[in-house]
Amino acid sequence: MADPKPANANKAAGPKTKAVKAATSGSSKSKAKPSATATGKIPMTLSVNGKSLKVEAFPMARLLDVLRESLDLTGTKEGCGEGECGACSVFMDGRLVNSCLVPVLQATTAKIVTIEGVADGNKLQPIQETFITEGGAQCGICTPGMILAAIALLKKHPQPTDAQIREGLSGNLCRCTGYMKIFDSVRVAAERALANEGASTP
Amino acid sequence: MIGTNVPRKEGIPKVTGAALYIDDMVFDELLHGATIRSTVPHGTLVDVHFEGDLPWDEFVVVRASDVPGDNVVTMIESDQPFLADGRIMHAGEAVVLIAHADKDLVARARKHVRLEITPLEPVLSIADSVAKKATLYAKDNAFKRFLVEKGSTKDAFKADGLTIVEGEYTTGAQEQLYIEPNGMVAIASEKEGVTIWGSLQCPYYVHKALVPLFGLGADNVRIVQATTGGGFGGKEEFPSIIAGHAALLSWKAGGKPVKLIYDRAEDMWVTTKRHPSITRHKTAIDAKGKLVAMEVDFRIDGGAYATLSSVVLSRGTIHACGPYACPNQRITAAAMATNHPPHGAFRGFGAPQSIFGLERHLDRCAAAVGLTPDEFRRRNLLKPGQTTATHQVIEEKIDLPAMLDLALKRSDWAKKREAFEVENAKEGARIKRGIGLASFFHGSGFTGSGEVYLASVVGVRARQGGTIEILASSTEIGQGTNTIFAQIASEALNIPYEWIQIANPDTANVPDSGPTVASRTCMVVGKLVERGCRQLVDALRKGGFLAGDGYDAKQFARACDAYIFRHGKLEATTTYTPPPGVEWDEKRYRGSAYAAYGWAVYVAEVSVDMLTWEARVEHFTAVQDIGKVIHPVLAAGQVEGGVTQGIGFALYEDVVWRDGSMINNQMTNYIIPTAADVPPIDVVFHEVPFAHGPSGAKGVGELPMDGPAPAILNAIEHATGLSITSLPAAPEVIMAAALKNAAEATHG
Repeated sequence: MADPKPANANKAAGPKTKAVKAATSGSSKSKAKPSATATGKIPMTLSVNGKSLKVEAFPMARLLDVLRESLDLTGTKEGCGEGECGACSVFMDGRLVNSCLVPVLQATTAKIVTIEGVADGNKLQPIQETFITEGGAQCGICTPGMILAAIALLKKHPQPTDAQIREGLSGNLCRCTGYMKIFDSVRVAAERALANEGASTP
Repeated sequence: MIGTNVPRKEGIPKVTGAALYIDDMVFDELLHGATIRSTVPHGTLVDVHFEGDLPWDEFVVVRASDVPGDNVVTMIESDQPFLADGRIMHAGEAVVLIAHADKDLVARARKHVRLEITPLEPVLSIADSVAKKATLYAKDNAFKRFLVEKGSTKDAFKADGLTIVEGEYTTGAQEQLYIEPNGMVAIASEKEGVTIWGSLQCPYYVHKALVPLFGLGADNVRIVQATTGGGFGGKEEFPSIIAGHAALLSWKAGGKPVKLIYDRAEDMWVTTKRHPSITRHKTAIDAKGKLVAMEVDFRIDGGAYATLSSVVLSRGTIHACGPYACPNQRITAAAMATNHPPHGAFRGFGAPQSIFGLERHLDRCAAAVGLTPDEFRRRNLLKPGQTTATHQVIEEKIDLPAMLDLALKRSDWAKKREAFEVENAKEGARIKRGIGLASFFHGSGFTGSGEVYLASVVGVRARQGGTIEILASSTEIGQGTNTIFAQIASEALNIPYEWIQIANPDTANVPDSGPTVASRTCMVVGKLVERGCRQLVDALRKGGFLAGDGYDAKQFARACDAYIFRHGKLEATTTYTPPPGVEWDEKRYRGSAYAAYGWAVYVAEVSVDMLTWEARVEHFTAVQDIGKVIHPVLAAGQVEGGVTQGIGFALYEDVVWRDGSMINNQMTNYIIPTAADVPPIDVVFHEVPFAHGPSGAKGVGELPMDGPAPAILNAIEHATGLSITSLPAAPEVIMAAALKNAAEATHG
C-alpha cells in the first residue's frame, strides 16, 4: 500500500521534497559510495528464484543483507537478526533456512528461493491465496517467512495434522494473529490441494 | 457487505513480498543514522568523546545544541527532550546522533562515542519513587493522580456481617514485540521542510512533535506512513522521537535522506513497554454474596518522562472496578516517575493491569464467601440501568449473565471443573488441571471528553467512474483498517467493495482522523466514514443526480460523473460529534467515560506440570460483545491475537531489569508464544448492535488483551491451590509459591 513517492499534496503549501525512487522489483538501486571498508568484497554468483545473479559482497555478509540490499529482494524481512523469528526464512536447495544466519559465501552453490519466487508471475500459489482468504496475514511482516515455512511443511506433510502444523511453523514468530488463522490458511491450502489432486507447490 | 469476509485490501502485496516497509524503501544518496545513548539510568552529562580510528570529519553529528527549534517531544507534557542535554533520566536515553553513507562504518563508529556521565542515585521501582529516593518529577514524583468515588466505602465498611478481603497484585513490563522493529527515513532542510516516511500508528502525533522541533509551519512538515509491521501501541508515541532524530540528522546533512532503523536489541532496550503496576484491593461482601464496597489503589511505573502515563493511568483507573454493580467504590491511582525508559502505550493501555488485579481478587472474594467464581460474578455483574464506578449509567442493551452462561456452556465449565477436582485429588498426579474465568469490559474510543477534543475528520472523495477514495489518517497496522473502512463505505454507498480505495496516510493528503489507538478506529472513525458516504449520496440526491429511492452501482457511477462534470469535484468531509447523552466531568472524574464498551467473558483451561512447574493453556474460550461484527475473520483474528498476547503476559513475558536497563532485550530470552504454545481458541461473538457505531459496530482491538491473564492465573489456582498474584506466572514463580505453601503447611 505504501507509496514512497510523495502523493499529490492537496494542500497548496505542502512541503516540496526531492522525489524518491520507488523500490519496485527490477529497478536498479543506487548504492552508497564505496568507502575504505568496501575492500574485501568479492564477486560471486547466486542462483535466486531461478535466475543467476552476479553480486559483489563480503564473503561473510549475511545472505539476508545481500538479498535485500544488493538484489532488491526486500520481501525477505529481518525481525531479530539471531535466528529466532523466522522472518528472514528462504529456501536453500529446498531446505528452509534463516538467511540472517547464513554467510553469503555458503549460499553460492545453492538454489535459493525467496518469497518473490513463490508466485508464478501474477498467479498466486494456493497457500498465498489462503493466507489472504483465511486471515493468515495481518501486518504482513512475518508473512513471507511464514508462507515459506508453510510450503516446507506441506511438502513434508501434504495433509498435515494439527500437531504437525504447530511443529512445522514453530520456528516462525507472529505477534498479530495468535496463529489460529495461519493454521486455517495451511489447512485450507492442504484441503484444496487434495481436492485438485496433482496440484503442486514449489 | 457488513458481516462478510471480503479479501483484505492490501492482501496481495503482503503475500508476495511486494509490500514496502520502511527498511524496504530506496532513497538516493542515503545516509544511515545511529543513536548514541546513555547506559546509566540517572546522571549528569559531562562530555562526549569521539574515539577510535575513524574518519569522524566524514560523519554527520547532531547534539542537543544543534536542534533548530524546541528540544522537546511535544505530547501531553513538555518534559522530554529529543536529545539529552545535562541531566540523564534513563538508560537508553539519546544523547548524540551520527550518520554516514557507509552502514558498516556507522555500526563500528557507534561503539566509539563515549559519553562521560556522572551518575546520580537512580529510582528504579514504584516503591522507591513513592518514598522519594530521589526527586524526579514535581514534588512527589507523581505524573498524575486520580480519585474516582461513588457512595462511601468508609461508611460501608462499618456495617456488620460483611466479609472483608484484601489483596495485592503486581504486573511486570511487557514488550509489544511487533516483528518489524521501529524505523524512519527523513528528508529535512530549511528550504524544503521536513518529510518523514516510517513505521507508525499516528501520523499526526509525529507531525505535532516535529513542527516545534524545527520551528516550521505546519504545512512544512509532512508525515507518510510506510507499510507497518505491527504496532500494538509500540508505534503510538515513540515514533515521534525516531522521526525527530532522523530529521535532525538530515537537516544537519543539508537535506540528504537519513534512515534510522533500530535493530531488535536497541528497539527492546529503549522503546516503550507496558507499564509495570501494583494494585491493592479491599473489598466488602455481604451474606448474599453481593459486593458492598470496593477500594482500589492502582499505581503504575511511568518511567523517566510523563509521555502518555497520565492517560494510561486514566484508563486503568476507570477499568479498575470492572463491570460489576457495587454501590460504594473508591479508586485512588498514581503514575509514578522512575528512571526506567518511559513506559507507554500497549494494547489495553492500563486496563490489562488493573483488570488482572480485580479478576484475581474476585476469585479470592468468591472463595471467601463460599461461592464458585462463576456464581459470585453472576450475582454482581452490571445490568442495564446500573452504574459503573464513574457513575456512568449503562444504557447499552447488555446481558452479561447470558454471556457468562454462554462461556460456561462453550467451555464445558461445570463438568470440567468437577472432573479436574477429582483427578487433581489423586495421589501423585504429576499433571494438574484447572479452569478459570474472567469477566470484564473495555471502553471504545478516547476517555471522557477525549473524542470531543480530538474532533476527528474524515474525507470521502468520488472520482470519475464512481470509485471512491477514503481520506483518513487512521493507519493499517495489520488489524484491517483498510478493509473495514472499505466495507463500511461500500455498505453506505451501495457500491462494490472493489470500488473503494483507502488513501495512504500522508499528512499532506489526508485530514486528521485521530490516532490509531484506543479501539477507536472502527467505532469512531468508521462512523465518520459511514456519515461521509451518506453525505456524498445526499449531495447527489439534492443536486438531482440521483433520483428515486434506490440506485444501482452503474447509476451511482453516472451520477458521480455528472456531478464532477458540473462542479469539478465531489467530496464530503465529516467531523466527530459525540452520541447524545455522553457527558463527562473531568474535575470529579464522573460521567460517561466511554460512549460504549466491549464486554467479555473468557475461560481458560490449564495444565500445570508439578515436576517442572510449567503451566500450559490447553483450551481457551472467548465470548465477547463488540457490537455488530463487520468482518468475522478479521475480528476473530483480533481476538485470537489479543488472547495470545495475553497468554504471553500471563505465563512467559518477563522483562528483566538491571540498573534500569532491560537485559533480556533479545527474542532469544524474551519469550513470546509460538505456534506450539497456543491452545485452540473458541471465539464467540455475542452481537448486540451499538446504535451509534457504523452498522452497530464497537471497538475490538484491546478488549482481548484484558481477560486472559487473570483467567489463566485463576485456572492455575484451581489446578494447584496456589494463589499467584504477580505476572508472569513463569515456572520459577509457580515453584516459589508451591515451596512457600509447603513451608506454611509445615509450620501451620
